[in-house]
Amino acid sequence: MTMTDLPPGLVLLFGAFLLPLVGKNIRSGLILILPLVTLGLVWNLPTGSFVISSMFDYELVFLRSDPLSRLFATVFSIMAFVGGLYALNQKSVMELVAAFVYAGSAIGAVLSGDLISLFIFWEIMAVASTMVLFSVGGKQSYSVSMRYFMIHMFGGSLLLVGILFYILDTGSTAFTAMQPNNIGTILILMGFLINAAAPPLSAWLSDSYSEASFSGTVFLSAFTTKTAVYVLIRGFPGSEILIYIGIFMIFYGIIYALLENDMRRILAYSIVNQVGFMVTGIGIGTEMALNGVAAHAFAHIVYKALLLMSAGSVLYMTGKRKCTDLGGLFQSMPITTLCGIVGALAISSFPWTSGFISKSMIGQSAADANLMIVWFFLLAASAGVFLHAGIKFPWFVFFQKDSGLRPPDPPWNMKLAMILFAGLCIGLGIWPEFLYALLPYPVTYEPYTVTHVVNILQLLMFSGFAFFIMLPLMRRTLTITLDFDWLYRRALPNLFRRMFSIIWKADNALRQAFLLRLNQSLDLLSRQHKGTSSLLSHTYPAGSMVMWVAVILAAYLFLSFIH
Amino acid sequence: MSGTEEKHWLVRAKTIRWLWRGGIVLLTLLVLADFFIHAHSSFKIDGSFGFYSWYGLITCVVMVLFAKALGILLKRKDTYYDND
Repeated sequence: MTMTDLPPGLVLLFGAFLLPLVGKNIRSGLILILPLVTLGLVWNLPTGSFVISSMFDYELVFLRSDPLSRLFATVFSIMAFVGGLYALNQKSVMELVAAFVYAGSAIGAVLSGDLISLFIFWEIMAVASTMVLFSVGGKQSYSVSMRYFMIHMFGGSLLLVGILFYILDTGSTAFTAMQPNNIGTILILMGFLINAAAPPLSAWLSDSYSEASFSGTVFLSAFTTKTAVYVLIRGFPGSEILIYIGIFMIFYGIIYALLENDMRRILAYSIVNQVGFMVTGIGIGTEMALNGVAAHAFAHIVYKALLLMSAGSVLYMTGKRKCTDLGGLFQSMPITTLCGIVGALAISSFPWTSGFISKSMIGQSAADANLMIVWFFLLAASAGVFLHAGIKFPWFVFFQKDSGLRPPDPPWNMKLAMILFAGLCIGLGIWPEFLYALLPYPVTYEPYTVTHVVNILQLLMFSGFAFFIMLPLMRRTLTITLDFDWLYRRALPNLFRRMFSIIWKADNALRQAFLLRLNQSLDLLSRQHKGTSSLLSHTYPAGSMVMWVAVILAAYLFLSFIH
Repeated sequence: MSGTEEKHWLVRAKTIRWLWRGGIVLLTLLVLADFFIHAHSSFKIDGSFGFYSWYGLITCVVMVLFAKALGILLKRKDTYYDND
C-alpha cells in the first residue's frame, strides 16, 4: 500500500473506535499518536487526485491533494493533536471517540475531490459533532444537541438537494468553482453557509458551543465552520453576495459578544465574527484575498482553540462560566492568564501574532480591489475585535474584580497544550514565511512595514482606550440576548401550543355537543318507547349481544354445512 | 482571602493610577508617530493625520452604544429559556 491509497482522515475516523477498547494509558498514547500519523500522511501527499472509486455512473475522488486542501488538512491534524493533548483528562470516552471521528471526517471533507464524497464526510461531521455535545449528558445537553442536530440536518438536506440538481445540470460530480446562479448551486451555497454560521441561522453556534464540555468546545470551534470556509473558497470564490454576508457576520459577532455574560459564548460569537472576515475575503475573491482567507483560517483555528482552552481551564478548575462570577483569576492561574492573553492578542491581529499576518491580507485585498466601504468596515471591525474579544474576554475572566476564587492552573497536559498553541500564535506572527509558503497562491505581501505596524497599534490602542473609558457601560448583567433562534425556540412552539390549545378546545366543544345530542336523542327514543324497559329499547349488556351474534353466526355456519 | 492580606501589586490603586498615566502617554506617542511615518493611503482620508487613532476610538464608541441600544430591546434574563 502506498501513501496515496489511504485518505489520511480515515486514520482518525476509524482509529477513534479503538479508544474505548483499550486501557487508559494506551488510550492516551493513541490520542497523541493518531493525529501525528495523520499529519505525516498529509505532508507526504503528492499533488493530484487519488483513491478514485465509482458509485453508479459517478466518480468519487476521496483524495484531492493540492496546496489549499493540504493546508486545511494540516491545521486540522495539528488541532486534533493539541486538542487531544488538552482532553487527556476528559472522563467521557464517548466525547473523545466523537471528537476524533469529527476531526477525521473534517480532514476527509477538505480532501474530497467530488461533491458526493464531500457530502458523505459532511454528514459524518454533523453526527459526530452532535455526539460531542450529547456526551455531556443530562437534559440540557440533550435538548442542545437536538437543536444543533436539526439545524445541521436541515443544512445537509439543502446541500444534498443542491448537489442532485447540480449533477442533473452538469452531469459531473466534480467539486470546482461555481456561480450561485441556478437552483442547484444556490442550494449548495446555502448548505455551506449554514455550517459557516451565516445569518439567519447563526444562533446554532453560540447556542451549542457554550454547552459542550471544557474540552468538547475546543474541538467544536475548529472544524465545522472552517470546513465551511474551505468549501466556500473552493466553490464560490468571488461571489459578491458573500461580501455582504461576511460583513453582517462580522458586526453581528461583535455586537452580540459585547452584550454577552457567558465567557464561552463571548468566544462563540467571536467565531462568527472571525468567520465573517473569511467569508468577506472569499467574496472579494482575488488571489491575495483567498490567500488571506486561507492564512486567517489557519491562524484562527490556533488562537481560537487557545482562547477556548484557557476558558475551558477556568471552567475545569472553577466550574464557573459567567463573567459575573469570575474575575481576579490572574493571581492564581498565571499560565492560563498569559496564554489567554496571547490568544486574545492574536485574535485582535496585534503585530507579532498570527492574526496580524493573516487578517491584514484580507484588508489589503479590499483596498487593492478599490472596495472603499468594505475596507472601512473591515477596519472598524478590527478595532471591534480588540474590544469584544481581545480585551473583554481576558479582562472579565482574569482581572476585573476579585471574585475571591483562587484556583491553581490546570493539570500539566492542559498547560502544555495551551503553551504549544500560544507559541504557535507568536511563532507564526514573527516568521510568517512558514505559513505563507503553505498558501494556495504565491505571496508578495509584506505585513511588517513601519506604517502598517504603527497604524494597527494606533487603531488597537485607541480601541482599548474606548473599552476602559466605557467600562461602566460594559458592566456584566445576568442576561442573554435574543437571537434568530428565538423564532424556533419560543415563537413557533408558542404559536403551535396556542394553535393546538385552540384545536383541542374546539375538539372538546364538538365532542361535548355531539354527546349532548346523542343523549338527547336517546332520551327521546326512550320516552317514545315508554322508558327503557320495553322490548325495542331495552338496554342489554354488550356481552350478551356478542353472545347472541355468535349464536346466530354458528347457526348460519351449521346451516351452510348441511345445505 | 482574608481582609488583612495585602492586595496583589497589580490591583493596588497606585499601580492602576500609573497604568492609566502610562497608557495616556503611550496613546499620545502613538498619535504623534504620525508625524514621522510615511503614510500610504488607499482612500485619501486614511492617510490624514491621526486617522487610525480617531477612527478606532469613534467606531468602538459607536459599536458599544449600538450594542447597548440593541440590548434594551433584546436582552432577557439568562433563565429565559430554562423551562423550555
